[in-house]
Amino acid sequence: MSGWTEARALLARDLQLAFRRLGQTLLPLFFLFAVVVLIPLGVGPGPDLLARLSGGMLWVAALLASLLALEHLFRPDLDDGSLEQWFVGRREGYLAVYVRLLAYWLVTGLPIVLFSPLAAMMLNLPTQALGTLVLSLLIGTPALTLVGGLAAALTLTTRGAGALLAILVFPLVVPLMIFAAGAVGLAADGFSPAAHLGLLAAFTILCLTLAPIGIRAALKTNLE
Amino acid sequence: MIWSTLKLWFHKLGSPPIFSVFARRVAPWLWAAFFACTLYGVYLALYVAPPDYQQSDSARILYIHVPAAWQAMLAYVIMAVLAAIALIWRIRTAEIMAMAAAPIGAALTLICLVTGSLWGKPMWGTWWEWDARLTSMLVLLFIYVGIMALYAAYDDPRKGARVASVLVIAGLVNLPIIHFSVEWWTTLHQGQTIRIFGESKMDPSMIPPLIWTTLGTKFLFGAALLDRARNLLLAQDQHKAWVRRELAPALDDRKQPA
Repeated sequence: MSGWTEARALLARDLQLAFRRLGQTLLPLFFLFAVVVLIPLGVGPGPDLLARLSGGMLWVAALLASLLALEHLFRPDLDDGSLEQWFVGRREGYLAVYVRLLAYWLVTGLPIVLFSPLAAMMLNLPTQALGTLVLSLLIGTPALTLVGGLAAALTLTTRGAGALLAILVFPLVVPLMIFAAGAVGLAADGFSPAAHLGLLAAFTILCLTLAPIGIRAALKTNLE
Repeated sequence: MIWSTLKLWFHKLGSPPIFSVFARRVAPWLWAAFFACTLYGVYLALYVAPPDYQQSDSARILYIHVPAAWQAMLAYVIMAVLAAIALIWRIRTAEIMAMAAAPIGAALTLICLVTGSLWGKPMWGTWWEWDARLTSMLVLLFIYVGIMALYAAYDDPRKGARVASVLVIAGLVNLPIIHFSVEWWTTLHQGQTIRIFGESKMDPSMIPPLIWTTLGTKFLFGAALLDRARNLLLAQDQHKAWVRRELAPALDDRKQPA
């Protein structure tokens, strides 16, 4: 089997599994909206205050939502033994890791990007920042998936990974938060967010190249 | 000749029994050097160095604060080197030492944050300011805590150490990015933050106590690292013969009637 067919088969399988459990798959999205509802209840419904907070708050909500399903990123494959097949024979395992992360982003990250304008309206984000918010999420959520994937691989065979995942992910995505929320804030104030978006993209590319190395190392150590 | 001797000695240290003997012999000297340097440095800091012209005696906390901050960051680099050795050559002593370094680094980071906070209250009028350096030290503390928590979450300490080593390396790649992003974030949002005076602008009379207390933290780190690593090795190998031999004198003492 060539790499391409293998990747397509893996991706099709992952997506099919995700669609079979649609309710579970969309939980992060519902969680995002739960946070969006809680924010005005917590800080008050004043439109000006919400407009100031919404960009950063939406990014915090997206980060929290991305943590939600991480525990199931590699665990089912560990339990049924298919994870070991990723590294069998001459396979390096990178292909399977990338495909799994892509599938995971497609079912958890992309819905958040697509529905973020709705959430932004609910939080009264200034209209001129809407495009920047969607763009920053489109560029930034893959990095959330990659760093989250690293944390999920690191905690693969630990007991009760939940809280540990959050502690591991949060410090590593500090730059992401700063660049993304900074871009949205600049756009809301009428400035160009290009520099921030560029740095955000640089961070994502760095994660795209380096995180799978760490993920593979952590998975293989866990399988020993 | 000297090189090969050194190399042999280094390779031997990878063996837990030999490392244990080395740590047992060297650590007390490092502790002694730590106490000597720190006591002399604190004496100079409290009695010889002049008070700051603006902050009067409050500035003296810097003789603890600055060395702790430096060593907290150096500890991370040392831990990352040990983690890389552990991952590449799978040397168990390196794994143990990397994991032993994490709590010491975390403690130094905490000392830096607490002394900074104590100084900030009278000087800045607040216990906590979202300043770039404060924030990046806080993030560093969280990374240390994450490494310790990850190591502790595994039943098999060797597996835990190797997985946590991967996190150590990931943190090393990310720390400079965090540092500069945070610096940019505060300068963007708050304009000029209050600057802690630069080292070069310091009066020469304030330098000697700083040098002594800084040397002190280096010895402290070395001593604590050797002791912690030796204790971890002894605890993990407690049923092995070399531990019984290593601890035989202490056990014999306990058996003797008082």
